[in-house]
Amino acid sequence: MNFSFLSEYYVYFIEGAKNTILLAAFTVLLGVMLGIILALMKISRNPILKVISTSYIEFIRGTPLLVQIYIVFFGLPYIGIHIPDVPFLGQDFPRFMAGVIALSLNSGAYVAEIIRAGIQAIDKGQMEAARSLGMSHYMAMRYIILPQAIRNILPALGNEFVVIIKESSIVSVIGISELMFSADTVKGVTFQPFEPLIVVAVIYFVLTFTISRLLGVAERRMRAGD
Amino acid sequence: MIKVTGLDKKFGKLHVLNGIDIDIKKGEVVVVIGPSGSGKSTFLRCLNLLEHPTGGEIVFEGVSITSKHNDINKQRQKMGMVFQQFNLFPHMTVLQNITLAPRKLKKVSEEEANKIALDLLERVGLADKAKSYPGQLSGGQKQRIAIVRALAMSPDVMLFDEPTSALDPEMVGEVLDVMKKLAADGMTMVVVTHEMGFAREVGTRVLFMDGGKIAEEGIPSEIFANPKNPRTKEFLGKVL
Ligand SMILES: Nc1ncnc2c1ncn2[C@@H]1O[C@H](COP(=O)(O)OP(=O)(O)O)[C@@H](O)[C@H]1O
Ligand SMILES: [Mg+2]
Repeated sequence: MNFSFLSEYYVYFIEGAKNTILLAAFTVLLGVMLGIILALMKISRNPILKVISTSYIEFIRGTPLLVQIYIVFFGLPYIGIHIPDVPFLGQDFPRFMAGVIALSLNSGAYVAEIIRAGIQAIDKGQMEAARSLGMSHYMAMRYIILPQAIRNILPALGNEFVVIIKESSIVSVIGISELMFSADTVKGVTFQPFEPLIVVAVIYFVLTFTISRLLGVAERRMRAGD
Repeated sequence: MIKVTGLDKKFGKLHVLNGIDIDIKKGEVVVVIGPSGSGKSTFLRCLNLLEHPTGGEIVFEGVSITSKHNDINKQRQKMGMVFQQFNLFPHMTVLQNITLAPRKLKKVSEEEANKIALDLLERVGLADKAKSYPGQLSGGQKQRIAIVRALAMSPDVMLFDEPTSALDPEMVGEVLDVMKKLAADGMTMVVVTHEMGFAREVGTRVLFMDGGKIAEEGIPSEIFANPKNPRTKEFLGKVL
């Protein structure tokens, strides 16, 4: 194996890693917002909201991410939505945003399930006790259910961040210059099909491993606060 | 204080309560006994609308709480409930458990709420646990805290659903003692329990439920010494 190309092309990998992290961070942010809305819709007593949310979640979970990404990337312009090209951290902004949107639409469905499961894991006696004291449903959620549910949800959300870092590799197909894309680029210019992949695999691993460890520490801190 | 007429409850096809009529007066201690599955919990939970009756009416302090237009949250502040599984809020200290509802619902100041809570904790012998979390307490202590939490709203009636059934035997006494004191102070109580000693000692009336109906009712001395319904006889024969 020959890694001598690194001295010349390492900036591609650094740029790629930076973009992968950016992509994942924005996706988690939007995905969590979407996930909260979907989860609230799903546990609401309004049957229409429930059906919309459930159908959406099932559709996303039942179709490949790759297909969803193509649908968003080609579908947005097709239905007349053009993302304006604003200067943003040296990105091809429309492309980058299409990737973020596609990944968030996907992640939101999984996040919604994480949140719903976190809320429904709380013993129903908690809601009953709160209501029996005279609290409204809203107050019981706010003071009793959600504070407990968040302890279940946060670690799972951290894990979702790790999942997105890995899955974001797939948006290289629409030309976003993230980590996987940088491997392809370097492969192309060096005619070395193998070694660049080893480099990005190591970088992905370092990223996810570091984040998992940090999350583990944060989680232990949180539990210790009980 | 609580007037129940024709109370009916179905879970789907399952007919759990089948025409319950009862008038509970201020200061009464009504003890509800009966075999498992006879509808005791459902009856109790209908009284504060944790279960929604499918028929009949419940009037609490002159207000029909089963009426569509009623806002139940107001009446629930006057009806304390104690559960078999305690249902303390595990993410809050004992003091927070007790003061949350008075502060948020009755807008009692923090100092005032704390004072009320500590007085009540004193009365159940747990003043030293104010800063503890529920996870650090024994079952008997949890249940006494749960009673205090309900009392902190100064309710007019207290509902108990098998408050000692989840406890180790050596802790049953401490919880029953608190309940006895409460009864002696004149609290109106409805108590679902298998503690026949408690029923006999502090009950002013005993309801024997069977198959979703009140099969027999009367003062404890009568029911225990001289049950009229053969089902009551059979049940008491098993538990006494
Ligand atoms: N939420 C519910 N859904 C369906 N069936 C229920 C529900 N709650 C209670 N039941 C049924 O109603 C019957 C009476 O239950 P319950 O009131 O808990 O009896 P008890 O407290 O006397 O043991 C039982 O057959 C029980 O399975
Ligand atoms: Mg029961």
